[in-house]
Amino acid sequence: MRALVTFVYVFLYTPIVLIVLFAFNSGRSASEFTGFSTQWFGKALSNAFLMDALENSLIVGLTSAALATVFGTMAALGLERVSPRTRAVFDALFAAAIVVPGVVIGIATLVALVEVFGIANSVIASVWPGAQPPRLQLGFGSIIAAHGLFTMALVTMIVKARIASLGRDIVEASSDLYATPMTTFWQIVFPQILPSVLAGFLLAFTFSFDDFIIAFFVAGSKTTLPIYVFASIRRGVTPEINAIAAMVLVASLILILSARFLMRDRTATQ
Amino acid sequence: MALQQETRKKLVTLALVGPAGLWLFVFLVLPFIAMVVFAFGKRAPEGGYQPAFTFEQFANLGSRAAAFVNTLMLAPVGALACLLIAYPVAYYLAVKASPRHRLLLVSLVVVPFWTSLLVRTYAWMYLLGARGIPHLLELLGIENVRLINTPGAVLLGIVYGYLPLMIMPIYVSLEKLDRRLLEASADLGAKPVSTFFGITVPLSLPGVMTGLALVTILLLGEYLIPQLLGGGKVFFIGNALVDLFLQSRNWPFGSAIAVTLVVVVVIVLMIAMRIAWRFAGTRQVDLV
Repeated sequence: MRALVTFVYVFLYTPIVLIVLFAFNSGRSASEFTGFSTQWFGKALSNAFLMDALENSLIVGLTSAALATVFGTMAALGLERVSPRTRAVFDALFAAAIVVPGVVIGIATLVALVEVFGIANSVIASVWPGAQPPRLQLGFGSIIAAHGLFTMALVTMIVKARIASLGRDIVEASSDLYATPMTTFWQIVFPQILPSVLAGFLLAFTFSFDDFIIAFFVAGSKTTLPIYVFASIRRGVTPEINAIAAMVLVASLILILSARFLMRDRTATQ
Repeated sequence: MALQQETRKKLVTLALVGPAGLWLFVFLVLPFIAMVVFAFGKRAPEGGYQPAFTFEQFANLGSRAAAFVNTLMLAPVGALACLLIAYPVAYYLAVKASPRHRLLLVSLVVVPFWTSLLVRTYAWMYLLGARGIPHLLELLGIENVRLINTPGAVLLGIVYGYLPLMIMPIYVSLEKLDRRLLEASADLGAKPVSTFFGITVPLSLPGVMTGLALVTILLLGEYLIPQLLGGGKVFFIGNALVDLFLQSRNWPFGSAIAVTLVVVVVIVLMIAMRIAWRFAGTRQVDLV
């Protein structure tokens, strides 16, 4: 069994290690290491299209993760106080947001927004005094909306689990000592849920930063990093893509390890 | 005074859940309704949508039968392949691994899942492509090996991509297993094999079902793996959808396929939950 487990770990990590290794290859070969070089990283970093895609991904990732974290945490707190029926509706919708395949989320958002924008744009055009009325179109907004859907559900799930594991007694003790609900929240509850909120943010950002399929449908004329990588792969495998992939891997690695670190006490007590 | 407080409390609750509720409604419920409406509509001559109420699109599903057949074959097969490899790993992590190393080993399984699937799939494209493993085999004298753009490559990519998602729920259910049951079984003279199949396996079934359901559902909507490793030869529903929406622009037909896909997902989920509920309580699974 040990052998099998070892093999699985080798299987999981060999491809990742190899792309990173060959990102440092001086030649173009994917099987022969001809010498150490960082030229592909330099090439990638001076590629204007790539940098533009990276910037777009950062904008989308940070915005959608911030919104998802704030609203998701608020929802997790609020759902403690609603009727069981309302909670069941929310739970079902959050579950749907997680379970429905990304490709369907992308399509549904695309179809709905294109229809709504079509109507809105003709209305705007008819009332706009100037010659060039502003046009609503797919872009950052639609990607953020679609990413926020999944990530808000994710944050809510994580924070809810943390709230459920909190002791009620400490909250009761606080109010017995005449703390107002606000004081109790900021002094007692918030510090305890904060690590899971931060972990939720990091995971939300990671998801958004890595997502290809949803953005592929709703990005309009914008290019995110995964869309750029996908398009380059179709033009052919090059060491420059390896260099980009290596950087994306390292970024995700740092994010996910930080998220796990923030959630460690929960794992330890379980 | 009491009434005022009650109102205040309600307002705070509303302010807390309102934004999330609105987001879910505007960006999940409404788009889904729009998609269903499209599915019953007609294709406009220039592509796009023309209002109608017709079952034409659903009647036409047969023309994409290959995508459905491929997906409905390879998704369960892929999930089962993941299970076969994942179970021993999860068992090792939960039961055999020393507590000192357990956290690290579990982290090493979770981490790849949260790194870009695109990059991980690209890695296999790289390895299976002409300049990768086939080139190495050529050096050994084995020529003309074709690995990429085959169903086997897609299956490999599936197992690689989704193995962590299968290991985690099984690990969670095995880790919570009451060890005293295993001792009791041994004390009563059961052989390790019958303890394993009589106690361990049944008690880990909720985890197994969760894993199978999660992996199958994600695979039903998969696009990247068949696209990059199947090279257009192994076509999934996801690939058909991208084609219909972004290339041939037949949105009503694409919507009908997407609606059908959601129905399939719901059916898979219901079957999985039925089975999971039959065996003990379901458990929350940590994906992080």
